[in-house]
Amino acid sequence: MNYFMREDKPISGTVTAALEAKRAEQPFQFMAASYLIRIGAEPVQTLADFAKSLRNCPQASIFYHTFQSLEAHHYTSFSSDFAQWALTACNEAALAEQLAIVDLRDIVSLEDLRGILADIVLNYLKEHPQAADRRAFESFYFCEAREVTVPSGLPAWTLAELAEGIRHLGHQSLHYHFINSRLRLQLKTNDFSFWIEHSLNHSWLAARLNRIDFYNDTLDDLRQDLLAILEPQETL
Amino acid sequence: MSTTEVAKPVLPVLQDYAPIVGEPEILELRELACRLAGRHVKMVNSTAVGGGVAEILNRLVPLMEEVKVPTHWEVITGGEKFFHVTKAFHNALHGAPYDAAPDWFETFLATNEENRRRMHFDEDFIVIHDPQPVALIAERNSGPQRWVWRCHIDLSNPSPQVWGFLKPWVERYDASLFSSPQFTRGLRIPQYLFYPTIDPLADKNRDLDDEFVRSVLQRFQVDPARPILTQISRFDRLKDPLGVIRAYRLVKKYEDCQLVLAGGSATDDPEGAAVLAEVEAAAAGDPDIHILNLPPWSHVEINALQRGSTIVIQKSLKEGFGLTVSEALWKKKPIVASAVGGIPSQVIHKLTGMLVHSVEGTAYQIRFLLANPAFAKVLGENGHQHVKGHFLVTHNLKRYLVLFLILLQGD
Repeated sequence: MNYFMREDKPISGTVTAALEAKRAEQPFQFMAASYLIRIGAEPVQTLADFAKSLRNCPQASIFYHTFQSLEAHHYTSFSSDFAQWALTACNEAALAEQLAIVDLRDIVSLEDLRGILADIVLNYLKEHPQAADRRAFESFYFCEAREVTVPSGLPAWTLAELAEGIRHLGHQSLHYHFINSRLRLQLKTNDFSFWIEHSLNHSWLAARLNRIDFYNDTLDDLRQDLLAILEPQETL
Repeated sequence: MSTTEVAKPVLPVLQDYAPIVGEPEILELRELACRLAGRHVKMVNSTAVGGGVAEILNRLVPLMEEVKVPTHWEVITGGEKFFHVTKAFHNALHGAPYDAAPDWFETFLATNEENRRRMHFDEDFIVIHDPQPVALIAERNSGPQRWVWRCHIDLSNPSPQVWGFLKPWVERYDASLFSSPQFTRGLRIPQYLFYPTIDPLADKNRDLDDEFVRSVLQRFQVDPARPILTQISRFDRLKDPLGVIRAYRLVKKYEDCQLVLAGGSATDDPEGAAVLAEVEAAAAGDPDIHILNLPPWSHVEINALQRGSTIVIQKSLKEGFGLTVSEALWKKKPIVASAVGGIPSQVIHKLTGMLVHSVEGTAYQIRFLLANPAFAKVLGENGHQHVKGHFLVTHNLKRYLVLFLILLQGD
């Protein structure tokens, strides 16, 4: 499928061979990112305790159970660990759906996200007080990811080099540049789009990449989506 | 590729894993290892053969060496009484009653002390596996060494007596590693999640051609033409082999199936022979139950038995992680497994396998899968992808490299 043949996309909004070779003002530095999961000391066994812990847990835990979990889940019903626990351990499907639908692409602050999630649980428990103290089938352990990043590979000066680098990124590094970056940048964007917009001055292409739906993709799918957009369109 | 040679193959190198996990993952492992250049690691456990820990170290250590993080693996020594005590500890930490003699703690500490005096601890990172050698931490001084305790067992419901004895030793370490969040004990030191892993290129997991698989089945007088239910595990009461036989008998009323119980004994497990005798007695008179007490080097045979199985069972009462589950999932086998220990991390119910909680549940799900082979096939495919994403030896290598870098940063 050619992504750029749809009527709502201007024909000029494609990656041509010339654009692919254009040299950026600043290079893009790929990072190899790796994570180790640290397990919190205090598990919770009821939704009432879960609501309290959501307010008090480290920001890194909020991040881990929402953003980081997008890397791992391809089989479970929800990509959010919070939603998955509400469903499978608490049997509260409606709460799980409300927690899962929070769109991380709209959020640039972990405190904002914490507030949204905590309010969802609080409001649900107001409507369903009988669910508050029911013991879950299994405890929830708040975790956080410890991140290690190291510069990796050659810097990219052109779109062609960016695409080549993306081809050689590991899963966790791809996640780091495309998903985790949204919080790091405190913007509703990713590292690739940010660089394309600011160093290559191509806002339309930056926006095109940023519209990729990372919720329903595996990381390999995401890589293919990125490459499909970055490769030059020769026959239009 | 023909993979029927039984002769021991040359150990794979890191690059051999690229077709499985992708070239980018291999490149990133090398990048991480570069940051640890010049650092040395020691791994210590209690058995060189048998059991999941020895298997993991057998593959992990050469890979660490290859990426130039020199790693020395040592096994503690101990007498029969010491291993009797540590087996009792093992069972008690899994929740079994602890019926100890008054001098058991002394025996445990004395053997640890003998090993501490015998061994040298000159490396930058010391990783102690499981409770048996935990008191080696007494060697720790105020230097820059980092000591890590790797717990492979389920501590969710330990005997207070045994855990109360071990915990002060554990909390002297810099970090602890657990196979599942549910296994942690709220320690004051950092607790990290470390899934155990399998080696997809090892004899136990590498591809085998169908003809070789059939030949192994025939060698053990298992009929390839009828459904084969298999549990691979050492003969240990916590693996509930008698429960597996009861489940098989419930299935047998409806399906003309066979049961294979294959395993061996680790050198640190003195109960194995007694359990094997119980299992043989329970199976007596049924020619469709095959009890195979295999020597520790039977990796290709175990591989073939798993690949030749219709359904793989892991009906453990307690489990550390259950690497045999990962092995079966890697081979795309539908699996029926107990929801204990680390198994739910691997078997997501109705997606990568079937989780059960009883003999009856085991029998029910086996019957369901035998009656629905297309669904069973989907489970196997999903299970393979799940293992590929989380439970391969390259993931383990990466976790250790990241751990060491984090410890150097001062967590």
